[in-house]
This record gives sequence, C-alpha cells and structure tokens, in this order.
Amino acid sequence: MSAQSSTPAATEVRAFDSVSVGDALPPRTVHVDRARLVQYAGASLDRNRIHWDERFAKEVGLPDVIAHGMFTMGSAVTLVTDWAGDAGRVVEYGVRFTKPVVVPYETGADIEVSGVVKAADPETKRVTVELTATAGGEKVLGRALAVVLLD
Amino acid sequence: MPVNADFQGRVYPPTETYRVSVAKIREFAEAVGSSDPVHVDAEVARVRGYADVIAPPTFAVLIAQQCDAQLISDPEAGIDFSRVVHGEQRFTHHRPLTAGDAVVGTLHVDTVREAGGHAMVTTRTELATEQGEAVCTATSTIVIRGGE
Repeated sequence: MSAQSSTPAATEVRAFDSVSVGDALPPRTVHVDRARLVQYAGASLDRNRIHWDERFAKEVGLPDVIAHGMFTMGSAVTLVTDWAGDAGRVVEYGVRFTKPVVVPYETGADIEVSGVVKAADPETKRVTVELTATAGGEKVLGRALAVVLLD
Repeated sequence: MPVNADFQGRVYPPTETYRVSVAKIREFAEAVGSSDPVHVDAEVARVRGYADVIAPPTFAVLIAQQCDAQLISDPEAGIDFSRVVHGEQRFTHHRPLTAGDAVVGTLHVDTVREAGGHAMVTTRTELATEQGEAVCTATSTIVIRGGE
C-alpha cells in the first residue's frame, strides 16, 4: 500500500506488484431472501416468476423459488471488485451456472463466495481470479473467472 | 418443437438506444450489494478517471437480455421460454458502462445446437455507443430443456 488519495472515499486500486498467484481473497457470505430477489428483479428487469412466485416455481418443476443466476454472478464479483479497489477494473467476467440457488421463504439462502488468484500477467497487469460460490454445500457457479486490470 | 437451427449465424439490426442512467446504476448496484462508491458518487468516479458514475460489471445483462428477447420471442425460433435455463454468461468490457452512455445492442446468434435431448443457444450482444465506440461484449448460453 502506497500513495495517499486526494479523496478519502476514492479507494486505491490494488498494486499489481503486491499480488501473487495463489493469493486468497477475503471470503464473504451473501445472504439472499425473497425480498432481495424482488429487488433484483426490479433492478435488472428480469421478472421471471420462478424467482419470486413459489407456486409458479413449483408448477414448472422447481423445488422452490430460485435466485436469478445473474444475481449470484453479480453479487459474487463484489468480492473481486472490493479487493481490486475499483469496480471499473473488471475487463472479463464469465461463469457457468451449475446448480440453482434455492431460496426458501423462511430462511432464505446463504451463498458462500471465495476467490483465489490463478494468473497474473506483468505485461498487461491483468490478474485472473477464480471464484468459488456454494449454496447448501453445492457449487452454484462453475468456471467462474474474473480478470481485473490493476495498477 | 425443436429450436430452429436456421437461426445460427443470424445477426439482428441494432436495437433502439438504451440510455444508461444514474438512477438505474444505483438501483442495480444496491440489488447486487456492490458498495463501491464509484456507482453512486460522481466525484469519486471522476477522481478515478471516469466521466460519471459507472455500472457494476454485470449491469450489461440488463441491456443484453432486452436484445436476446428479439430471438426468444420470435415464434419461428421455436424457443419455449418456460423451459429456458441460463447456462453460461460472459462479459468482456472495453470500458465500464457509464451514466450518460447512449448504447445500442447488436444481437448475434452464434450457435444453435442439440445435446443430450436439450437445445443450447449461444448469443452475443455487442454493445456500442451511438457513435460506434465498442463498450461491452455480452455472451450468453441458454439451455432449452427437452420435453418430458
């Protein structure tokens, strides 16, 4: 960590030289409940009823309401953007949706997100982070890779 | 009805302009729990070199899914929306989507294939400003579950 920022609220972008392959990012737990899914549905304009209407979800063969895959993808990457110091530094981000996150009315669901540095290219200062996201002990994202441009 | 393989390679005309707003960025950032002030504080954004507040990395899906609707809602494509599952998603950002951007999306149907009784369709939306500056490439694979 070096250099002071002119605005305290403007966090510093992580220095490429401070990062090594194998570094673990601080893990976090994302809690998701029905209210959050309604909020995400409105924000994203994805109003598919399987994400908020339990009766409808069961009618189409799902165990219960499931989270938007894009909610999981979008909330998981905050681990990387907070670590990098600027949400604008993500240049690539891709995932496979391997299992749905089931969101029961009573308890909601916890998504456990962790990340590890898989590659760091000194030429471009691009760092690849592999994310792991699990819910109920099952991996919900596969091949989740985010590439960030550091300073 | 199987998915119409003739749609592979199809390119749709650019969509109507989508105007990226301060309010929508804030709403989306709050919904995914992205607390970086760069989404809500224009001064922070400018200090970091952006013209205004910037969107979270997955915000582009909002515009891309509106583009995808051109394909999914086309009866000739044969896609039963009630059987659609999101399989994969990827974004390549040339720069962050920024409040004030006026962007158009061009939808490409890259592949249509069958596997294990399911159909898989990969689409790519190229988002660019009205002036033609490339901003983001969003690639999505949907799986249309086969009949029971």
